[in-house]
Amino acid sequence: MSHAPDIRIRGLVKRFGDVTAVDDVDLEIERGEFFTMLGPSGSGKTTTLRMIAGFEIPDEGSIELAGRDVSRLPPYERPVNTVFQDYALFPHMTVAQNVEYGLMVKRVAKDERRRRAAASLEMVRLGGYGARKPAQLSGGQRQRVALARAIVNEPQVLLLDEPLGALDLKLRQEMQIELKRIQQEVGITFVYVTHDQEEALTMSDRIAVFHRGRIEQIGPPAEVYEHPESEFIAGFVGVSNVIEREGRRYTVRPEKIHVLADGAQAPDGVRVEAGTVRDVQYVGPVTRYHVTLDRGGELQMLAQNLEEGSMEVLASKGRRLRLQWRPEHESVIVETEEGNA
Amino acid sequence: MLALPLAWLVIVYFGSLFVLLLSAFWDTDPFTAEIVHTFTLENFQKIIETQVYRDVAWRTIQMAVFVTIADIVLAFPIAYYMARVASRRRRNLLVVAVLLPLWANYLVKAYAWRTILSEGGVINCALEPFGLSFDGYSTVGLWLVFTYLWLPFMILPVYAGLERIPASLLEASADLGGRSFTTFRRVILPLAFPAVVAGSIFTFSLTLGDYIAPGLITSEQFIGTVIYNIRGQALPTAAAYSMVPIVVVIAYLLVARKLKAFESL
Repeated sequence: MSHAPDIRIRGLVKRFGDVTAVDDVDLEIERGEFFTMLGPSGSGKTTTLRMIAGFEIPDEGSIELAGRDVSRLPPYERPVNTVFQDYALFPHMTVAQNVEYGLMVKRVAKDERRRRAAASLEMVRLGGYGARKPAQLSGGQRQRVALARAIVNEPQVLLLDEPLGALDLKLRQEMQIELKRIQQEVGITFVYVTHDQEEALTMSDRIAVFHRGRIEQIGPPAEVYEHPESEFIAGFVGVSNVIEREGRRYTVRPEKIHVLADGAQAPDGVRVEAGTVRDVQYVGPVTRYHVTLDRGGELQMLAQNLEEGSMEVLASKGRRLRLQWRPEHESVIVETEEGNA
Repeated sequence: MLALPLAWLVIVYFGSLFVLLLSAFWDTDPFTAEIVHTFTLENFQKIIETQVYRDVAWRTIQMAVFVTIADIVLAFPIAYYMARVASRRRRNLLVVAVLLPLWANYLVKAYAWRTILSEGGVINCALEPFGLSFDGYSTVGLWLVFTYLWLPFMILPVYAGLERIPASLLEASADLGGRSFTTFRRVILPLAFPAVVAGSIFTFSLTLGDYIAPGLITSEQFIGTVIYNIRGQALPTAAAYSMVPIVVVIAYLLVARKLKAFESL
């Protein structure tokens, strides 16, 4: 058994003219991991994915798949498959022909091709759709065909480029669960590109947050969410909520902040700050308060609407209150460079 | 708003077609060559039964087929280069270069080819050192002329068809293990095929109906030249004969529609 990670990326650089799309990226992804590259558009996540797929050739650095350098190989010689953002189904072929394409190209015998394509379509719950053309399918179904077409080849790594981007919210949430199930079923390493932080938090084993061509933080979802290392991440994965006290810049997640009742004594070791409610947003199960602090800065906090109705909640605008949170929920921001979410 | 152009289309275009069709059923006085307005099928019988008419029709259809094939072979690489390889600047340059000959007068181009194909023309000058000569005023010469004349009509639709293929489909094919040739054969070619058929409608029908280039280049007879030559003495026969290209083109269009060519125009 070799212990080389499934994907090892070192010093990856890609420039388009004057723009450095990917700027010195290092990355290791383990076998069977659901790995997400999260970032806004233009952050370099898609370009990195395309370099793993072989659609772009890196200017510098290397990409290894299970210890083998593939940086300069064409896409058809790499043991990876891609689920494209626009699905890229062949419109002149049936669903079955689409799914069989990779096997046909590799000259897999017809019977086996049929069998594996059928099994793959079954896995994405599209058994019996083989004879249809892509144009006769809904967006969600096309998405599943694209997935089946990729996994039928049993690639070492499956690359997914914002595969749920074109679907509506409900379908997207369904597909998130579906994708996770399929990944666990086939045990293939998934590299997933998205700009949707919720998607990233829901599905991933680990997340790499991309910003301006670099990776700003890598870690499990909870770690990235609860301990963002930069203001950019604090803002991109959630809301930024950054304040500065005694030369320390840190962020507190809105749901960790609570209101200290009037006249009540704050427990020991808890931070307390007084402020004024600047704005209130009623979001059904929770309410979001924007509080301007007396000592400078502003924090957002979330409160569950357990007892209060929307009228009461909205009336609290302009109210004075005291906020409290525990110091261990503070996450220190290392860099002082201005981050813009 | 549309009434006027529509009226023009219906009356002038379809009207004259109808008159043409009608006159194919009229008779001529054998002595005066005057048209006699009596219904007869004799004209059709004549063009079907006379060997010369059949030969000329067959020769013309063959010419149209070979011109179309030559144009596809020439146009596809050019269109492919324009759509998928060339930089934006070079692509625009090529589009203009392809369009440019269309702005030149047809007669000028045909006469230019007459000179090119002549005994002292460019082609024979080039062949002379090898002790070869080429009879330019022949069916082969005409084939060259037609191929040149209609080439832009093939390049443009094929170019448009190739450009419409999303790049992600080619990436998907490569991603699934397809090398360039496989991608070309399994993805590009089938997706560009309707555009090729669309272009062939032009090359085929324009060749079928042309009567000027054949007259300038060769003494061989083609449908167009025959109609042109006999229209004075035997208008009804000429009208009946003109039904041949019309029927052939209609059949061709029906096949083209089956092949989804119109969706790529």
